[in-house]
Parts: sequence; C-alpha cells; structure tokens
Amino acid sequence: MSTPIIDVRDVTAAYGDDTILEDISFTVEPGEKFIILGGSGCGKSTLLKHLIGLYPPAKGQILIEDKDIAAAEGEDRRAILRRIGVMYQSGALFGSMTLLENVRLPMEEFTELPPDARDLLALMKLHLVGLGDFAGSLPSEISGGMQKRAAIARAMALDPAVLFLDEPSAGLDPITSAEIDALILRLNEALGITFVIVTHELASVYATADRVIMLDKETKGILAEGRPQDLRDHSDVDRVRRFFRREVEPKEEK
Amino acid sequence: MSERVARESHAATFSKEEGDDSWSIGGRLDADSVPAIWTSGHEAVRQAKGPIAIDAAKLEYCDGAGVALLCSLRTAAEAEKKAFEIRNLADPIQILLRQFPAESIDLAKTKPHTRPLGWVETIGKGAFTFGADFVQQVEFAGQLAVGAVRTIRQPSSIRWGDAVVVFEKTGVQALPIVGMISFLMGFIMAFQSAIPLKTFGVDLFVVNLVSLAILRELGPLMTAIMLAGRSGSAFAAEIGTMKVNEEINALDTMGIDPTRFLAMPRIAATVVATPLLTIYADLVGIAGGFAVMMLMGFPAVTLWNQMVSAVALGDVMSGLIKSVAFGFLVASIGCLRGLQTRAGAAAVGDSTTRSVVSGIFLIILTDAVFSVVFYFLKI
Repeated sequence: MSTPIIDVRDVTAAYGDDTILEDISFTVEPGEKFIILGGSGCGKSTLLKHLIGLYPPAKGQILIEDKDIAAAEGEDRRAILRRIGVMYQSGALFGSMTLLENVRLPMEEFTELPPDARDLLALMKLHLVGLGDFAGSLPSEISGGMQKRAAIARAMALDPAVLFLDEPSAGLDPITSAEIDALILRLNEALGITFVIVTHELASVYATADRVIMLDKETKGILAEGRPQDLRDHSDVDRVRRFFRREVEPKEEK
Repeated sequence: MSERVARESHAATFSKEEGDDSWSIGGRLDADSVPAIWTSGHEAVRQAKGPIAIDAAKLEYCDGAGVALLCSLRTAAEAEKKAFEIRNLADPIQILLRQFPAESIDLAKTKPHTRPLGWVETIGKGAFTFGADFVQQVEFAGQLAVGAVRTIRQPSSIRWGDAVVVFEKTGVQALPIVGMISFLMGFIMAFQSAIPLKTFGVDLFVVNLVSLAILRELGPLMTAIMLAGRSGSAFAAEIGTMKVNEEINALDTMGIDPTRFLAMPRIAATVVATPLLTIYADLVGIAGGFAVMMLMGFPAVTLWNQMVSAVALGDVMSGLIKSVAFGFLVASIGCLRGLQTRAGAAAVGDSTTRSVVSGIFLIILTDAVFSVVFYFLKI
C-alpha cells in the first residue's frame, strides 16, 4: 500500500475543556474518496476543521503528505495549504466578487501566472463544474447548488492533492445532489484528486464512497470503518446497521 | 521541502532543436512552472510561419495550469489561422484537453454581467433611490408611530428585557467616552476663548460662553454624534446581519412585526438614555471649562455664581428636548438601515455606513430646525 496522503494519529479534538473526539486514528490513501459520517453533533465538522488546520488538535498529530499541519508555520504552512482545497458548507464564496474572481483569487495569491493565464485557468475550473457560462455572475445571482459547485471550483483552483468537502449535498434537491456526486467521481477519476467528505446524505455516501468512518458522540471515537455496503449489511454494531438503514433507535421510539 | 526542490529540478521546458519540425515541451507543467514558459510558448506560436507542432513526449506531469497553457496556445494558433498539433500527449491529459473546446473557454464571457452606468443613468438611479428611501423612511415613521401607540396602550407588547440590555450598552457603557470627549470639549473651548476675552478684560465671561454653548448646543450634539457612531451603527450592523441570515424573514413569517420586536426596544432605550447621557455630558463639559478657569486662578465659587447668573432653566431644557429628538433619530435610522440591508457581507457594511451618515445628517438638520424654532419661541 502506498504512503497515506492523510495520517491522523491519536488525535484528541477539544474546545477548551469540552472534548469532542478522543484518541482517534485513521489514514486516507491517495486517490481515495473518504467519507466522514455520523449523527448530528458527533464531531464531523470539528474533525474536518482540525484536518484543514483551522484548529490544532489538543493531542496527537495530523499529517498531510507527511507534514504536520498544526506544527507548520509561515511558508511551510502555506505549502501544505496549497496542496489542499476546502469547500465550506455554505459555499463561502466572496459575495462582492464574480465567480471567476472567486476562483482566480488563490491563483493570484500563490502563483506567478500571467493575468490571461489566471483568467483562462479559472474559467476552465468553472467549466469543469459546469459553470463556464456563469463566470461573470455574482454568487447572489446563482442558485445554492451552483454556489456549491462554484465553491468546489475555487477549492480546486490550485490543483490540490486533497479536496475537503463539508456537507456538499446539504440543502440541495436530490438531482442537484446527484450532480455533485457525479462531479466528485469525475474529478476523482480525471484528476486523481483525493476527496475527504463530511456528509450524512446516505445516497451520496453509497454513490461516492470508497471507505467511510462513522464517528460516535458517546464514545467520542470511531464507531465503524469500512465500505458503506459492508457496514450496512455486515457490521457487528447494531447502531451502525441502523444508521445505514435509516432505522430509528429503539429508545427514541415513544 | 523535498518536494519543492524536486519540483524545481523538473522545471518545465519549451524548446526547439535545430532541424526539428516541432517544439518540445517537457518537465513538470504546473502552476509553479508554467509562468516561466507561458510567454515563450505564445511567442513561438506568433512567430511560426506555418503549421505549429508541439511534441509532449518528455512531459512528466501536467495539471490544470499545464492544460490551460496548451489550451491557450491552441486558441492563439487558431486565432492566427495556423494549424496546431500536439504529439505524444498522454491519454489522461488528452481527455482533459478535449473537455475544453475553444468555444467553451471564451474569455469574453468572464466579464461581469453588470455594466457601469452612464452619468444620466447614475443621476436617474440616484434620484429613484433617494425617492424610494424617502418613502421607506415615511413608512417606517408610520410603523413606529403605530408601535408607539400600541406600546402606550399595552406596555407589555415590547420586550423590556431587550430594552434594558440596549440601555446598558447605549447608555452606561458610553459614559467613559462621552465623559472624556465632553470634558475635553469644555477644556478646549475655555482655553481658546480665554485669550481673546482676556484682551478685553472679560475673561470671567468664558464661563458664560462655555456653559451656554455646552448646555444649549454642544452637549446634546456631541452626545448624539457619539451615539450615532457607537450605537446607531451597532443597531444597523446587528439587524442587518439578522436580515442577511433570514432571521427577519423568520420573524415576519411567525407573524411578529420586526419593527415592534427589534426597533421599539432599541428606540425606547436610546430615547431614555440620550437625555441622561446629555446631562452627564453637560456636567462634565462644564467641569472641563471650570478646570481651565481654576488653572487661571479663578476660585470655584466665583465660577459657579457666574454660571448660575448666566444660565436659565430654558437653556438646560432646550438642550434636553433636542437630545430626546436626537436619540429617537439615531436609534430609528440605525434600525431602519439595518432592516433595509440586502444580501451579503458588503450590504451589512453599507447599512452601517449609511446609518452613521444619515444619523449625523439628520442630527444636524434637526438641530438647525430646533435653533429656528427656539429663536421664535424666545427660549
């Protein structure tokens, strides 16, 4: 097996005294579509924020291409950040800039490309996500699904090795959601991008995931790991099977 | 670090050997290396007399930036009607390149959809906005009047808990800054006027000047301007952010009037806080003037007697009446601008700016109206 592109070693994630995740470890292989699953409030988004270096882990290490993202500073940190792209749940496009300007921004910051080249490259990224005709639009002029696709285009601006997507299908209709899944598969195949996706849309999980981990609020750890179909059909843990079959926990039935 | 060194050692190359019929492109084509050969590539296309061929056999790596370069060269060649061919290109890159036919990457499409307005349009749009804004202000004043009547009839209809919090923020927390500005104002005025008045031997009249100016004009005015900057802007930003987050829509659909729910407590608290702050500003401002006079050797009792003889109750009251009006204006314009916020982070900034600008403008305008009214009423 090749060297993992992301290596999470005994990480504890906490906000002050409030521990969200305790001693979790996992790896993500290059080119993999890796999904972080779990119920609401189990720490999925917290884990993602730690993976992308927004928060340092309280304990343990997160290595991206063998470099510790929390310990890196200055140029080293910029070098790691260049290798990753992040799509936030809300899209987080800059409202005062057109889609093209949004996608071009990381190129202006990180590369020496001439202006023509940046425009062309940004337009190509938008074209890849099916928004080539909307390059001159402001985020407020397009729909929520398009905003998410534009945010994926911006995350891909510098051809990152890993794309982190936070709830890419949340709040989208099933068709738009399926389009995003198809986009993920296409980008993974054509460009070999590794995907780390936080979601709880089971349809998207089955459509895209190579491997999932399921986080658990009670144990603050990883409840299950594997292919979604296997977990649904053969998991030893009752809760995991229920989650994949969308069955209500017995104690909640009143 | 090792990877960066490796990248540098595999820099992109674009060259042509003597006698070759094609250019050779090689090394790593990524966002770091492409800039170095972007110009030379386009130069080669421009200077080519006939068909141009590029051999990609030595290409080690090519990402989006590399594909952009190849696309751009292809477009440049097609624009000059020269045949263009890339040989020995690896399959995955060919597939990527095929995804971007020339017509799909038309840079003309990237221009913002909105075009800049001409001057006639700008004036027209400005007039229209001004008119619409005026209508909204009148509507809002109407809503406030209805809200005020309802509050008087049924005091429990507004959220007094919120009003207390706003009172603390707008009034109590403003004491230090309002105090300091007022003290310095009295201090400066006394210093500036003491010298010319001393020339005429009437330097004791500095007390008249400072106390009248502060009580009638500067106390209420400076307090209101401070409030517009401190609290009016805060109301606009807070309500504006709520608007952007659709919280205002939520109130609307719950059948709760945002004016009553958000604006009334703020306006009520500010209308109470402003005259109190003004009394405080008056006292501290006059103390600032007295401080200068005492430094010049006047005893405090002389200053006090001089002030009491110069100031009438009407002077104090005229200032306080104005301050109530100012407080109402600052709070209501802050809330109105917040409610007028459109979508996006920049809109919240615009609302905040507009709340301060309109707030200060309305304060000065109202002050002028009061001056004329007080003149005729001989207050």
